[in-house]
Amino acid sequence: MSKLVIENVSRIFPAVRGSTPTRALEPTSLSVADNDFVTILGPSGCGKSTLLRMVAGLDTPTTGRILLDGRAITGPGADRGMVFQSYTLFPWLTVSENISFGLRERGISPRERNAIAGEWLEKVGLTSFANHFPKQLSGGMQQRTAIARALANSPEILLLDEPFGALDNQTRALMQELLLGIWERERKTVIFVTHDIEEAVFLASRVVVMSARPGRIKADVAVDLAHPRHYTVKTSPEFSVLKARLTEEIRVEAVLAAEVH
Amino acid sequence: MKPLAPVSSTARVVLGISFFVLFVAAWSYATFGGFVSKTFLANPWTMLNDGWWLLTKQGFLFDIGMTIWRVIGGFVLAALVAVPIGILMGAYKPVEAFLEPFVSFARYLPASAFIPLLILWAGIGELQKLLVIFIGSVFQLILMVAVTVGSVRRDLVEASLTLGARDAGVLRRVLIPSAAPDIAEILRLVLGWAWTYVIVAELIGSSSGIGHMIIDSQALLATGQIIFGIIVIGIIGLISDYAFKAANRAMFPWSRI
Repeated sequence: MSKLVIENVSRIFPAVRGSTPTRALEPTSLSVADNDFVTILGPSGCGKSTLLRMVAGLDTPTTGRILLDGRAITGPGADRGMVFQSYTLFPWLTVSENISFGLRERGISPRERNAIAGEWLEKVGLTSFANHFPKQLSGGMQQRTAIARALANSPEILLLDEPFGALDNQTRALMQELLLGIWERERKTVIFVTHDIEEAVFLASRVVVMSARPGRIKADVAVDLAHPRHYTVKTSPEFSVLKARLTEEIRVEAVLAAEVH
Repeated sequence: MKPLAPVSSTARVVLGISFFVLFVAAWSYATFGGFVSKTFLANPWTMLNDGWWLLTKQGFLFDIGMTIWRVIGGFVLAALVAVPIGILMGAYKPVEAFLEPFVSFARYLPASAFIPLLILWAGIGELQKLLVIFIGSVFQLILMVAVTVGSVRRDLVEASLTLGARDAGVLRRVLIPSAAPDIAEILRLVLGWAWTYVIVAELIGSSSGIGHMIIDSQALLATGQIIFGIIVIGIIGLISDYAFKAANRAMFPWSRI
């Protein structure tokens, strides 16, 4: 059963002052199965973030439609949680209050909010930082809070837009393990956008490769690595084969993209 | 000195005070040295004597109180009107399109030029003084608050939308709290301007207040009293500024981290 169906969705940004309109995304179709972890992999400017923003309802498709559980998406909503590349915690709220932001919006009682926030603080290992303000946290901790904030709202689907892009390599690897661990336990439907090949393979059960300008889907690769995945899988032969194949796919696109600019 | 290199807190205080000392020294030199006639500029000692006389014999404390009440009264009225309108303008673009051109126009109307008209409408009582300050502050406040609310980080608004916030929630739980420290800072700034309007209002048709004392002293060529009045305004301004800053820090601890 498909959780999310993207039907012929394209996005053209209108022309600004005499320039030609930008075709950010060519008509694209994609379905995501329930409880699947899909990564969308592509070079910058391939429209992968645009596609994700349209699923979130923060942008509107020029053509086509997006269905979640058979219902068309018309705007943003609590059923699609999102983690952004930039740090988007509310700086005036503590870590715990940030996590319960969506719960409070739904009118859930303070006691229940605290219980749920406490649970998620534990899952992302930030219990001792519950009453800190976001600016007092490192980048990795802020993104962990952002993941907890999105998941505490129990969305139907979790969308992540290069959430670890600004982190250093070591932190990023730990964050990947944390996110994968949460997914293995909770089995949410996840779409994760990235330009990092290793990240895409390690996390996903399916990697969708996109090409740049115009953005479209180029390849759809299943990742059959067993769960639970340990970080050592990154050095296994199966992993290397997948990584090599995706590197080839992406490289062609990166070369093309570099020629255009 | 290196550009942008920080200065220690003791050095900051010493440097800040030393300019005041330098200023008074230059003033003393010019007046006690006989370089400036007593008719035009009183020396610091005369100023202090005049000030003491005003405070103890002339009930100047009452004038100070009147002036403070007018500033606060007019300013609070302006803030009560301007902050909600500014927030609505910043949040809702049609409201902005409706009000922004008029407010921008009204902002340039000089509050002091309204005084004759306000005397005609409201007499020379307290209402007229409050209205001068109100007109002087309200349009500035509206525009500055609107700009601040309108420039709240877009990604925070988007994050709140993906967490299920609706229109009222975005306004109440993102736009307002995010802009609040900047709005408080705008209030602090505009309060400083309100002090200039109150003195202008008191110079014309007033029977009390610091401005009234200053205009009376002019008739007597009592430059010591005038200077004392000006210095009192400066000191009150400094105190209210520090109080405002301290209150802002206490109310919005997250914005200073």
